[in-house]
Amino acid sequence: MQTPASFEYERATSVEGAIASLQRLGSEARIIAGGHSLLPMMKLRLANPEHLIDINDLTELSYIREEGDEVLIGALTRHVDLLKSELLFRHAPLFRDAEKVIADPVVRNRGTIGGSLCQADAAEDLSAVCSAVKAKVVIRGAGGERVVGMDEFHVGPYVTAVGDGELLTEVRIPLRQGGGSAHEKVERRAGDWAIAAASAAVWLDAGRIADSGIALSAVGLTTIQLSRAEELLFGKAPSDELYTQAGEIASADCSPSADGRGPIDYKRHLAGVLTKRALLRATARAIHQEV
Amino acid sequence: MDVSITVNGEQVSREIEPRQLLVHFIRETPGLTGTHWGCDTSNCGACVVLMDGAPVKSCTILAAMTEGHEIRTVESLEVDGQLDPVQMGFHETHALQCGFCTPGMLMTARALLDENPDPTDLEIRTAISGAICRCTGYKNIVSAVRWAAEYEAAAKQGV
Ligand code: FES
Ligand code: FES
Repeated sequence: MQTPASFEYERATSVEGAIASLQRLGSEARIIAGGHSLLPMMKLRLANPEHLIDINDLTELSYIREEGDEVLIGALTRHVDLLKSELLFRHAPLFRDAEKVIADPVVRNRGTIGGSLCQADAAEDLSAVCSAVKAKVVIRGAGGERVVGMDEFHVGPYVTAVGDGELLTEVRIPLRQGGGSAHEKVERRAGDWAIAAASAAVWLDAGRIADSGIALSAVGLTTIQLSRAEELLFGKAPSDELYTQAGEIASADCSPSADGRGPIDYKRHLAGVLTKRALLRATARAIHQEV
Repeated sequence: MDVSITVNGEQVSREIEPRQLLVHFIRETPGLTGTHWGCDTSNCGACVVLMDGAPVKSCTILAAMTEGHEIRTVESLEVDGQLDPVQMGFHETHALQCGFCTPGMLMTARALLDENPDPTDLEIRTAISGAICRCTGYKNIVSAVRWAAEYEAAAKQGV
């Protein structure tokens, strides 16, 4: 039987209360939301928090709404709601691509976007999704809020910019003209981690790539942002050939390890193919050839 | 800590360790060993119960997290000797062999039909994609859920 080590449990009744508890308890405390990343780690004793602060009652952190030139997603928003949201699909369709293949429908009823991002597992899809669309996250502590870009969010494997005494409260997706996005993943079966996955977003201006975001899951120690490929695309017209080159960069710049899901060569190959496919689909969506 | 959890409409109060998982809380309640405990890693789906109507894996939820919520287990399906249509479907189409996966399959199927009374085979397969059956090959489970959907549709029309 797998059982977590002992801990104290408390239920937060407000965001401020949760932060006050985190401040008081320091590095021994962890937030629990859906629990589908944290509890498995605790059962394996890879995580041994002495205090768990349950934020499931903080329904004010569960929302997806458009505000100004951003889509705002509350940290407690569950995978099932990200999957079903028409608003999110309209503005950032890669979320639905990813949510269809994240874990399985029963797990998706519990897991949350905040939990997924804070777990910062390199094989987790939403980190790549949020990187590709250049999301920002809102981190709240006793001293107030700070906004951190996804490019600064991942500090290392399982380590994020969220410090002791802080809570991730919101994810912000910028809305920009001419954009399209897609997520591509290969997994062995429903519910398994990805063998490899690629997220891509492109923003077109007068037929040229004004900006792009590409990120890979499961092929390195952290989510990998493909800045070399993004630079290659800048200012060019999208083409099959260009995206093949971007795929070659993906194969070269990832650093997968061999495991039961496949050898290194295969994973590099997948990273390249999936990057190209994600870029092609993102582009087709940007020019409304596919929805 | 003391918790009080609503299981199949009844308040179950007990002192537990905060680390107790919901699946063990349920199984240690007299008469409720129908919820199975399989992989322990949220992969197999044998432990699925309904929490406020939505299927969840009870091996990956702390019992303490469910206080104030409604838990429904497989024992709640049969009422006064009358089987739930999903149970009838499993019986009619021979959708179980060893039966280990069955409680989780039944609860997942019940939740699916509550949300989508007329699912396609693909929708059924997607709904049970987080549940593993080592015996049936799934085909008869899909047939059972379809059987239940059609039975309920007919019952609604009073046929
Ligand atoms: S025991 Fe919970 S999913 Fe297998
Ligand atoms: S009937 Fe044996 S595992 Fe499904």
